[in-house]
Amino acid sequence: MSELSYREAIISALDEELERDPNVFLLGEDVGRFGGAMACSRGLFQKHGPKRVMDAPISEAAIVGCALGAALTGLRPIAEIMFIDFTTVCMDQIVNQVAKVTYMLGGQVRVPLVLRTQGGAGKSYAAQHSQSLEAWFAHVPGLKVVMPSTPADAKGLLKSAIREDCPVMFIEHKLLYNTKGEVPEGEYLIPIGVSEVKRQGRDVTVATYSYMVLKALTAAEELLKERGLSVEVIDLRTLSPLDMAPVYESVRKTGRLVCVEEDCRSYGIGAEITSRVQEHCFGYLDGPIQRVAALDCPIPCSHVLEKAVIPQVEDIKKAIFSATS
Amino acid sequence: MTHEQLSPERLRSLLTTMVRIRALEERIQTLYMENHLISMSPHLSIGQEAVAAGVCAVLRRDDYIVTTHRGHGHSLAKGAEMRPMLAELCGRETGYCRGRGGSMHIADVKTGNLGANGIVGAGLPIACGAGLSIKYRGRDQVAVCFFGDGASNQGTFHESLNMAAAFKLPVVFVCENNLYALSTLHEKVSATADVADRAKGYDIPGVVVDGMDVLAVYETAAEAVAYAREEHGPSLIECKTYRYLGHGLSDHRPYRTREEEEEWRRDRDCLDRFQRLLIAQNCLMPEEFEEIQKAAVREAEDAAEYALASPWPQPEAVTENIY
Repeated sequence: MSELSYREAIISALDEELERDPNVFLLGEDVGRFGGAMACSRGLFQKHGPKRVMDAPISEAAIVGCALGAALTGLRPIAEIMFIDFTTVCMDQIVNQVAKVTYMLGGQVRVPLVLRTQGGAGKSYAAQHSQSLEAWFAHVPGLKVVMPSTPADAKGLLKSAIREDCPVMFIEHKLLYNTKGEVPEGEYLIPIGVSEVKRQGRDVTVATYSYMVLKALTAAEELLKERGLSVEVIDLRTLSPLDMAPVYESVRKTGRLVCVEEDCRSYGIGAEITSRVQEHCFGYLDGPIQRVAALDCPIPCSHVLEKAVIPQVEDIKKAIFSATS
Repeated sequence: MTHEQLSPERLRSLLTTMVRIRALEERIQTLYMENHLISMSPHLSIGQEAVAAGVCAVLRRDDYIVTTHRGHGHSLAKGAEMRPMLAELCGRETGYCRGRGGSMHIADVKTGNLGANGIVGAGLPIACGAGLSIKYRGRDQVAVCFFGDGASNQGTFHESLNMAAAFKLPVVFVCENNLYALSTLHEKVSATADVADRAKGYDIPGVVVDGMDVLAVYETAAEAVAYAREEHGPSLIECKTYRYLGHGLSDHRPYRTREEEEEWRRDRDCLDRFQRLLIAQNCLMPEEFEEIQKAAVREAEDAAEYALASPWPQPEAVTENIY
């Protein structure tokens, strides 16, 4: 094991897969010599060269479309969209082309394409650079959506995503890049579509993903000390396809569920989890399912306002306490 | 290009392709009238056959094409067969896309056809990707992107021409300017008189060609394809052409006159002109032309029978191949 930052874990995954398979290449804005706007391809251009790590013009539709054309003709592209907010600029290529071509063509083609991007608030980047749009993409059949919360998960899941023969949207969080964690040495993969219990507990289940996993774990630790509550935290890791089995098992044990997410409350990921749990575990629930999510509000710039919109540890603690009373 | 520079076989092959496209499209028209298509009205390319035939005749089997919602002609010219094409249009399991795609998503990957697209302009970046892939793999294949006058105003047109030019990708952009994007006359909503003018903005060759003249299309395409194959980069060909029918079959064309349509059919028809040229130059006998036409009609009829006798897809299998 070695301690890596989330960013270093991403770089490590990209580096290993570039080394392993000559058909893998990166395409995105500023990913080359500059090393990426989020520094997630730092050193890769210098090591693998301009053919494998390509700088694109500011042309999101062309970046994604190009990646698709390359995937259809023998290559395994990793396209980067700098901010998830910019996926709006290339929605047709993602939703109507990448996600659907395998199905529409009756299985004549496979699309081994990874779309890496990052989202999330907390840096006062304001409304067009802070969104959590995962619910949109989880809602598109044909696209897998992966959102790791730790360096170890990030590396293992990104390697798996690159080896998948279907489109995977790999969504990082800007506040996770500098977080550190233990990462296994040597070759390892984490399967897509498998949730993980990050903290065991008896009293209440928290289902969450990405940066909110860290806030939920903090909330759990504090609640144990303050109120003796034993909180189980499940990290979904993949939003589509969603692995609900550990969540059902947990709810059957605790009878109480809190969904924690950074996207806006309405029509968000929590709504989907809530719906599935009540379908499968209705008789086990001791009370209504709680959702902790961002307000239905564009993300404001001033940190005072931003904090008011995005779920904080206190909001999670309140919801957990509320679920157990 | 004069007819003398091509062998009689080549000339007859060009003619046959155009005849077969027309026969296929006409049979699709009757299938639609007979209610067998059950779906969105197909977008037929009757009148535009010379573009498909002229361009695809230049290409190798391993070259790629990307096409549009009006892609039956390109698909056939690139090597697709009528039976699985009509089966696809009729929504059957034996169609190219097992009934999942329909008219607008016909693809035949074995013949390098990466698919038709229902989104105007969406194929341009995909063709760039195929071009990027060719260059990456060190091959001498070429990617041809068919698109229409309407697509030339989409953002993806500009992004794709820029990217292909900046990276010197082996892509030939073929614009079929049939003057109308559904009901909208191109010149009324476009800044440049010719789509080919826009090539200057990306520092690539751009040429206008009479899209009703299959030899002119062939010659221009041959030059552009060789240019790409020799790694000089992309170019833009604008073929001025005309679709005799509506955008779709339910479009009764109130936006243009019957006189205009008649004029194109009567004076500029690609099939008519070419067969007369070949006969006049003794490359073809009138009886041979008749035989080519009859064979094409038989082929289309056989394909229609095959399609209508084909099994429907199983609803239980509807969620296969989502990934």
